[in-house]
Amino acid sequence: MSEPLVQVRDLVKHFPIRQGLLQRQVGAVRAVDGVSFDVNQGETLGLVGESGCGKSTTARLILRLMDPTSGSVKFEGREIATAKGAELKEQRRNMQMIFQDPFSSLNPRKTVGSIIGEPYAIHNLKTGDGERKRAVQELMDTVGLNPEHYNRYPHEFSGGQRQRIGVARALALQPKLIVADEPVSALDVSIQAQVLNLLRDLQRERGITLIFIAHDLSVVRHMCDRVAVMYLGHIVELAESDDLYAHPRMPYTGALMSAVPVADPRLAAAKKRQVLAGDVPSPANPPQACPFHTRCWKAQEICRTETPALEPKEGGNIAACHFPLTDEEVLERIPSARNLTR
Amino acid sequence: MSAAGHTPLLEVEDLRVYFETDDGLVKAVDGISYTVDRGQTLGIVGESGSGKSVSSLTVMGLTRARNARISGTVRFDGNELLGASDEDIRKIRGDDIAMIFQDPLSSLHPFYKVGGQIVEAVQAHRDVSKAQAYDRAVEMLGLVGIPEPRRAAESYPHEFSGGMRQRAMIAMALANDPRLLIADEPTTALDVTVQAQILELIERLQDEFDTAVVVITHDLGVVAEMADEIAVMYAGRIVEHADADTVFAAPEHPYTWGLLSSIPRLDAPRGEELVPIGGRPPSLINLPSGCHFHPRCPYVREAHRRVDPALEPVDGQADHQVACLLDSGTRKRLWGELQAGVAPEAARKDVIEEPEPTG
Repeated sequence: MSEPLVQVRDLVKHFPIRQGLLQRQVGAVRAVDGVSFDVNQGETLGLVGESGCGKSTTARLILRLMDPTSGSVKFEGREIATAKGAELKEQRRNMQMIFQDPFSSLNPRKTVGSIIGEPYAIHNLKTGDGERKRAVQELMDTVGLNPEHYNRYPHEFSGGQRQRIGVARALALQPKLIVADEPVSALDVSIQAQVLNLLRDLQRERGITLIFIAHDLSVVRHMCDRVAVMYLGHIVELAESDDLYAHPRMPYTGALMSAVPVADPRLAAAKKRQVLAGDVPSPANPPQACPFHTRCWKAQEICRTETPALEPKEGGNIAACHFPLTDEEVLERIPSARNLTR
Repeated sequence: MSAAGHTPLLEVEDLRVYFETDDGLVKAVDGISYTVDRGQTLGIVGESGSGKSVSSLTVMGLTRARNARISGTVRFDGNELLGASDEDIRKIRGDDIAMIFQDPLSSLHPFYKVGGQIVEAVQAHRDVSKAQAYDRAVEMLGLVGIPEPRRAAESYPHEFSGGMRQRAMIAMALANDPRLLIADEPTTALDVTVQAQILELIERLQDEFDTAVVVITHDLGVVAEMADEIAVMYAGRIVEHADADTVFAAPEHPYTWGLLSSIPRLDAPRGEELVPIGGRPPSLINLPSGCHFHPRCPYVREAHRRVDPALEPVDGQADHQVACLLDSGTRKRLWGELQAGVAPEAARKDVIEEPEPTG
């Protein structure tokens, strides 16, 4: 197997909490608390979890949109976490981001043409006469926008079209990696599918590596080859998409899947919904040992005292859990998994 | 569907809500009818701009814009609500009929403690002392699963997490044991785990108090889990109405097909193709001629651009209605093909080649 495109090792991001006249640090929000994973060439890796689990922060650290507290991110073997100046700019050409909100991520005063062409301006590319306009119009055509709308402003487009503008901008520099942070959650159902299909087609045609962040587990399953589940700044389970959805091992993953409303009344009726009590604990004061033990129905004494290692479990999932779910427990809570077991 | 001699709890008949604007008449709701019985849940599904929220706000007497033109009938327990005096409406709203909204921050007052706000809601409708109302507030906060309800009652909304605020709002809505609960996107802003808690809560309360529920959402999963009956709205109208199993297993409107094939499923084989609906929802000022869905419908024929379909029973089944000009046999075949993976563009040809119905 070829070298992974991205290698993340022990990545940590703590946001200091300051208080008092001297702004002394009294604690830290442990947004990302030591995550390690690889992203392989050409794959789609999903990052899922509840709000505040650190999935967006992890993505921003990979793109170096913020500086990590510690740890390493290697892109094609070169360190990103500490890169500076020209080297960082050069690296960033290879990685782009698509944002959640197509209304706030586009400058309302700029034409669509200059928004999509901005990466060229930043990197001083396509400077020839009319070259940039041609390239931008080609991109607009690729993502299904009318190239004649080059001179229009973002407000003249619907939500779905704006998200296409965001995709076109991300494609401009022919990046190797695209990070899409909740790219469809602001869109209507019928428009969501258009954007998802577009992303998938582009990825297949161009062999782009995609990190796909979403809270909607059915969308993630549709898009991703592998999925990492995050909780309180940790990766608690990582598996091939098929394995994860057929037999989640970490009770947290099981609860997430059980909570997804199934668009099928018969399956819904057969389901014993696993409801997690309470809220996610504060990342400023996370539980000791297994971060999930305060809400876990299988938790025992050892979960409060010993941090479980992220290691292979039955079926090939990698999970951090002392008492992984059995197949029987999975089927009871997630009847849709029955259709997936091979 | 109500049997003779039995009054449904809520009856909406030919409800229209138009707004006069400088750009023209916005037909937000254009003649919808439905009924909801005690203990039943009706799911209203649609995209943004389909009129699903405006119709329920109007039922609650909350469409108060000066430019609004409202007509039709809304009967609650046999009493007409449209045109009732503000005072009469206020007696019912928050008492017999309660509503929960998508955004709990905008329905809880930021300056007042949560407990005090529930006390106010109780005292507005019940002749009880402040102490009794406060006990009720604490009881309700506990009932919706907020830990340490007595302390929570003394908190301000900003001290709560999103899920807790949503639960506090539900506690307030249910404090007077409403007979009808209207939930407008009750879980859209929440994480799935919190969403599951809220859905579970609404179901439990419904079982306990026989409350009727109208749930308005764009999420087909939510209605599949909650609703007994489903009305699919498009451009201000109901285009399909049936019990939940039928809507998912044997839908007859191409728009419903489009919604169902646009969502990825947790249990479908990976690599399934999503079939999006082309185009986007129409402007409610310049509605397309004929069938409002025709510009986005893959099975459109010439006549569909002229004729406006009525919501009619399918094959004489009174409880499955659809507004579509294709004949039922063709629709059943198309839905079968779609499920077998035939792309709508491929299926389209045969429909076009069928002879146009005469008359």
